[in-house]
This record gives sequence, structure tokens and C-alpha cells, in this order.
Amino acid sequence: MAVTRTSLTGWGRTNPSAAELVELFRSELPAALKEVDDRGALVRGLGRSYGDAAQNGGGLVIRLMGSATDALLDREAGTVTVSAGASLDELLRYIVPRGFFVPVTPGTRFVTIGGAIASDIHGKNHHFDGSFGKHVLRMSLQLADGSVAEIGPDRDPELFWATIGGMGLTGIVLDATIRLLRVETSRMAVDTHRLPDLDTLMDTMADGDDDAHRYSVAWIDLAAKGSQLGRSVLTRGDHARFEQLPAKHQSDPLSYGPEQLVSVPPIIPRPGLLNHVTVAAFNELWFRKAPKRKIGGIESISSFFHPLDMVGQWARFYGKPGLVQYQLVVPFGQEDAMRRIVERVSASGAASFLAVLKRFGAGNEAPLSFPQPGWTLALDMPGGAPGLGKLLHGLDDMVLEAGGRNYFAKDAHTVPETIRRGYPRLAEWQAVRRRVDPHEVWQSDLGRRLHLAGD
Amino acid sequence: MDNAFGEPQNIVVLGGTSEIGLAIAHHLVSPVTRSIVLACRDLAKGEQAAAALRSDTVEVSVVSFDAADTASHERVIGDIVEAHGDLDVVVLAFGQLGNGEATGADVAEAAALAHVNFTGAISASVAVANRLRKQGHGTLVVLSSVAGERVRKANFVYGATKAGLDGFAQGLGDSLEGTGARVLVVRPGFVHSAMTKGMKAAPFATTPDKVADVTVQGLRRGNRTVWAPGILRFVFSALRHVPGPIWRKLPLG
Repeated sequence: MAVTRTSLTGWGRTNPSAAELVELFRSELPAALKEVDDRGALVRGLGRSYGDAAQNGGGLVIRLMGSATDALLDREAGTVTVSAGASLDELLRYIVPRGFFVPVTPGTRFVTIGGAIASDIHGKNHHFDGSFGKHVLRMSLQLADGSVAEIGPDRDPELFWATIGGMGLTGIVLDATIRLLRVETSRMAVDTHRLPDLDTLMDTMADGDDDAHRYSVAWIDLAAKGSQLGRSVLTRGDHARFEQLPAKHQSDPLSYGPEQLVSVPPIIPRPGLLNHVTVAAFNELWFRKAPKRKIGGIESISSFFHPLDMVGQWARFYGKPGLVQYQLVVPFGQEDAMRRIVERVSASGAASFLAVLKRFGAGNEAPLSFPQPGWTLALDMPGGAPGLGKLLHGLDDMVLEAGGRNYFAKDAHTVPETIRRGYPRLAEWQAVRRRVDPHEVWQSDLGRRLHLAGD
Repeated sequence: MDNAFGEPQNIVVLGGTSEIGLAIAHHLVSPVTRSIVLACRDLAKGEQAAAALRSDTVEVSVVSFDAADTASHERVIGDIVEAHGDLDVVVLAFGQLGNGEATGADVAEAAALAHVNFTGAISASVAVANRLRKQGHGTLVVLSSVAGERVRKANFVYGATKAGLDGFAQGLGDSLEGTGARVLVVRPGFVHSAMTKGMKAAPFATTPDKVADVTVQGLRRGNRTVWAPGILRFVFSALRHVPGPIWRKLPLG
């Protein structure tokens, strides 16, 4: 098997490690697994988790070959069976023109089905549809011993739910059957509100109107201070119905062809282009460009869900120190804690280019799934910002104090104790892992750093 | 594994009673630090240093390590990995200064100093580098010295060992390219410490604390070489080209 030692990072391009990277078809997996040494093996999708979740220093990192070209769409049932190595991008290109949409999409379509399951990703519709795992009807899972398990909510549910959100540490998802959403058009009908501060935003989101929309998310300007703290742009949307389309689009209501406009070259000077001044200026523009209130605007899928995908390799804007994401959730009733968190981030001056607030709905049965009912805040910050480590360790304490937790797919900084407090069902997950992987074949830098497999 | 801010979980100091080594350990401690291992000959002195580093969240252990006993190096490093997991940052801090020009006139003393500072350092570095290569990440910090940049008669045996070690460490760093492991060479000037107590300070003298500061910054930035203080880089690029007759007369301590 052709193996090359390659330095790998997450999307944030922070803490690299080198691993033996190999591209394999599913039929080649059992033979490859026999040769794994004590550094273990891990599957890597498109490397869009921000931290070290898809790295395995000194071990084997597997790219699972497969694409959406072998996807099987069951139009009657509204389901698709697809290789885990296929991306949402490929899948959307296949299903949208046929009148279907993925049940959950994150802010980028460049994630694989396997990665979507491993991180139990969520999107703007979490309050409405839950996270990705809820829509997985079955999957086949490559186990460490070389065998393949067929699992689902009704078939070895413990292993199924340990794999949802299991960060790839229970096995390699080979393929999965996903329940899709039927859509009449490839456009979104979007309401936009500009809100002056954080309290108004949270009140507006909590007033029940959120539940009338499938998708809802707010962008917050964390560079704004004082009475403007938390000024934000709330967008809520639904898949547009045929009659909502302007006449010119009605001839081809399901057309879908997202394009990348530009890509960021690899030569961004240290310390990157994003600092407090540029971010504040950008945020000012973004806030002012948003309409005060606009109802029923029509947008494309990519501009509504994946605006950043239009700029390839955008994380390079952060230069050599990279980008650190931090995503937390605090339960409903902890609005004060959220306010204090936002104040602290804003006061720290650690420029957050993108801060996104969203209401989560109910969680699911997966012991390591991140979403739980409450408020979630996602922050993007330049890795080189002074005092950022201290800030995030401080936020960890505030989040745990409020009964919340942070997201594995974004984490690149925290400690094992934080995870143990934030994920009280970790031991349950560990028991399943010990059952299916007693020799600890599946390993990752994230798993080692956070002692996920054991103490 | 370091986190996104270059905060290591596991730190090892070879020469665990070295003031500079300990200062670096102190500067590296963060909320993610799990363990610090002080590897040294004088275990009692190591325990004293350990007490100052220990906290509720940081486990500090002292292990026996003799730089001169090269045959033991691989085992000592292996035992540390066995007990604490991956090596995130290893600081190679041991070294002896000798007794100036007198050391250069004593066969046994000169050979012993070269053995510890050079042979021992190379042996320990290779043992560490093999581990770092295997785990695909981690940094070896090698404490070199400006004394190796252009060797002075005042401490030419010491200076020569640092010159050799510096060259070795740079080459090792280059050889590790692509493996995920890194080497950071630290070149301090005159450092006020127990090792230099009573000696006349050279220009641009610094302290263990300041050397640690520069080192930690270099680690975070992913540098291959740092100077402490930074100005010495420019001072020595000039001194390297000073003609011999003048060099020999310079009052450099």
C-alpha cells in the first residue's frame, strides 16, 4: 500500500502532526488494519473540523475512497444510500436537481458523510430538525477487527449512537442511508432582521417565531462595544415554494450549480490579515449592508448556507498562526451566562470575525453529541491573538459553570477535565468503545489530547 | 499533544536542575499541562525544583538521569514515555561550563566536559528524536550558547562543545523535516545563574527568565533558532567576521 508521511492539520491550521496518509477503497481496509501499530489508525474526511480531530500523529490516517456517483436515491422513501467518503457538495449536486435536500448542512458543503456522522453535525435547522445523526437510518461500520457491522437505531443501538458524534473512534463509517428533505425549489425564502443589541436578539429569537422557520441563525458583531454590544443580523428562512420564485426562475426551479469564486493563495504574511481593525471594519460593513427588516428575500442555497465556500481556503486569511474556533452551548435559562460570555469575548479584544448565535432544539441519544437544548455561540478567532489561550480557558469555566459544553469538531485547546464535566455520558461511550475496539486501534490526536478513550 | 496555542501537555527537562531549563518549564505551564518530568543526577535538588512546579493539575516527577551515561539514555526516555505518554516539549538543558582556560589544560577534565556537553547531548537528543519521529509531533529544545558561535579562549572547551552541539541540533532539525517533529535551538548569551556565579558578566547579559520567555515565544511561533537576547544575533554576525588579532584582544569575559 502506498504510504506517505504527511503533515496534517485541521481547518484552523494550528497544531500539526505527521501521519502515514493512505487512500484506500473499503475492500482494502481489513488488510491495512492488520498492519496498524501502537499509534493506531483513523479515517479522515475533508479535514474541515477545526482542531486535531482528523489527525493521528505517527499513526495511519486513511482517506476512504468513494463518491456520490454510486449514491442510491430512493425517491419514494425519500432516502439516499451513499458512500461515507462522499461530500455533501457531491451529494447536493446529485439530489437537489431531483427535488431533495440534505437533512442537515453545516456552514460548508465540503464535509463528508462520514465526517457529518462522526461529528454529529448541526446546522441552522437544529431547533427544527435536530442534528445529522437523527436522520441516519442505518450505516455499515468497519470495525477494528476487520469485520463490518450493520448498525442502526434499531440494530446495535449502543454502537450506532456511540458512532454518531464518536469522532471516528468506534470505526470507519463505510456507507449510510440518510433520510432526505423534499424541496420544490433550490432557492431559499429568507427574512432578515437587524437588531441593536444582544438582549433584543435573544428575546426576538425566543419569541416563538423561530419555530415557524426551518432555519434560523444570527450573526453577532463582537467588535462592537458598549450599548452596541451584541448588535446582530438575524436571518431566518425556509426552502422556497415554487410559487415564491420569481418568474424567471420558475422554468428551472431546481437548478443548482454552486461555484467557488476565488481561492486564497498560501502566501498570507504573518500575522495574517485579520486583526481588530480589519475585523471591526468588516463587521461594520456587514451590519450596515443588512436590511433593517426584509421579509421573503430569495437566495440561493449556497449564499444562504455556504457563503464562505465561495472563497476557497479562506482559513489562510489568518496567516501562519492559524484560526481557532470555539463553539459552546449553554442551556436555556442561562441567558445571563451567555451575556457574560459575549461581554468577556468582546472586552478581550480578540477579534472575532464571525460570531454566530443559534437556538438549539432537543438533543439526541448519542452520548457524545454536542447539541443540547439551549443557546450556542460559535466564534472564529486568529490563533495568534495575544491572551487567546487564557480567554478560552476562562470561557471553558464559564460554560461548565452554566451547565454547558463545547464542541469536539471545533476544539483545539481544552483539557480532559472539561470534557468529563461537559459530557457526563463519556463513560457510557467508553464502554461501547472498549467492546468494539479493545486494542485501541482507532486513535486520534484529539482523542489522545482529551483522553477520550480512558483516563 | 500541543494545543492550538502551542501549550504542551507533557514537558520533560533533561538536566532538570538547570535554572534555564526550569525557567522554561515554569513559562510553559498552562491549564493544559499534565506532567513535567525533571530528569537529573541530583535527585534531592530535583525534588526541590519539583515542589515549586507542582500544582493540583500538574504532576511533577523527578527521574534519575546521567548525561554521561549514554548507554542509559534510550531507556530513560522510553520509561518517561511509558509513564506519561507522548513527549510534547523536551528541553535539553544539561551542560557544564568547566573551569575556563584551566579545563583546556587538563586532559581528563576536558574530555569529561566534552563527553557530557557534546556526546551526552547528542546521545540524549537522538533518543528523544526517535520518539518524536515515531509519534509524529513534538519539539526538542536544545540549549546551545553564543559561546559556540565563535569560540573564545576564555572557555574554549565549553565553547567548542556548544559549537558542535549547535551544528548537530540544526542538522537534526533539518533531518526531522516532514516527520512532524521539530528542533528549536536556543542561543543565550551570558546568563546570570548559579553556573556563572562570581563571573564577570559579558555585554548583553540576560537571566534564565528572559531566556525562557524568548524560548516559549520561539516554540509558539515555530522558530528553528532563537537568540537571548535577540540582539545577539546581530552582534555575533558581526563578531564572526572580526579579524583574529583583534578578536583575541576583545574584552569578552
